[in-house]
Amino acid sequence: MIDPIPHPAGLAGLSYLLILGMLGVAVVLTFIRLYRGPKLADRVIALDLLAIESIGIIVNYAMALNRQMLIDVAIVLALLAFLGTVAFARYLEKRVEP
Amino acid sequence: MNPPPARSMMPSLILNTATRYLMPLLVTFSIFVLLRGHNLPGGGFIGGLIAAAAFVLYAIAHHVAAARRALPLDPLQLIALGLLTAVSSGILSIVAGEPFMTGLWSHDPWPVLGAPGTPLLFDIGVYLVVLGVALTIVFALAEE
Repeated sequence: MIDPIPHPAGLAGLSYLLILGMLGVAVVLTFIRLYRGPKLADRVIALDLLAIESIGIIVNYAMALNRQMLIDVAIVLALLAFLGTVAFARYLEKRVEP
Repeated sequence: MNPPPARSMMPSLILNTATRYLMPLLVTFSIFVLLRGHNLPGGGFIGGLIAAAAFVLYAIAHHVAAARRALPLDPLQLIALGLLTAVSSGILSIVAGEPFMTGLWSHDPWPVLGAPGTPLLFDIGVYLVVLGVALTIVFALAEE
């Protein structure tokens, strides 16, 4: 039951594109931090930020294409990204700082 | 309040409080995904993984032993129960005189579930098996 993707017209469609572009820039900047991050903690936080940005992209997509199913994906991703960051924090706590 | 973990790890108050609110949410959402699974995206596999994530979060916040106590059954028993449920959904159709694993559907809608059939029973079995397998692996790794 895949229906053709409706293109939102006018100001709404433009704003969705604008949001997508801004989130794309944010993702690129986050990747730079992920690559350069002087400490491991910086990289972990960059990964968390990446997950949050992808939640934003998914929700934007869900609104632009009017697919409510994608909101559930965003919920699961939000809950699991928290879990991942917590697990990373546990291992950071255990680890001896080099 | 749960007893502090035996190891030297500091129990985090923020994490414990967040877990208290997140865990019921995750378990409820996993059951929602399980029940929605036949017609729309979702199903036993994803539901089981989300429920496993809830218990993993609990194990991180408190301790693996506390998470084992929070589970109604041992993870291995969950696997066995899930397999039994999944097989029984197939056996039911033999009892009804149809070929093995034919879907039987109730025709009158039930209160919350809609009109459930044996595929729902199969999905519940998958849910329990996935929950048990994921928790067996994670607890074994965490207890090392």
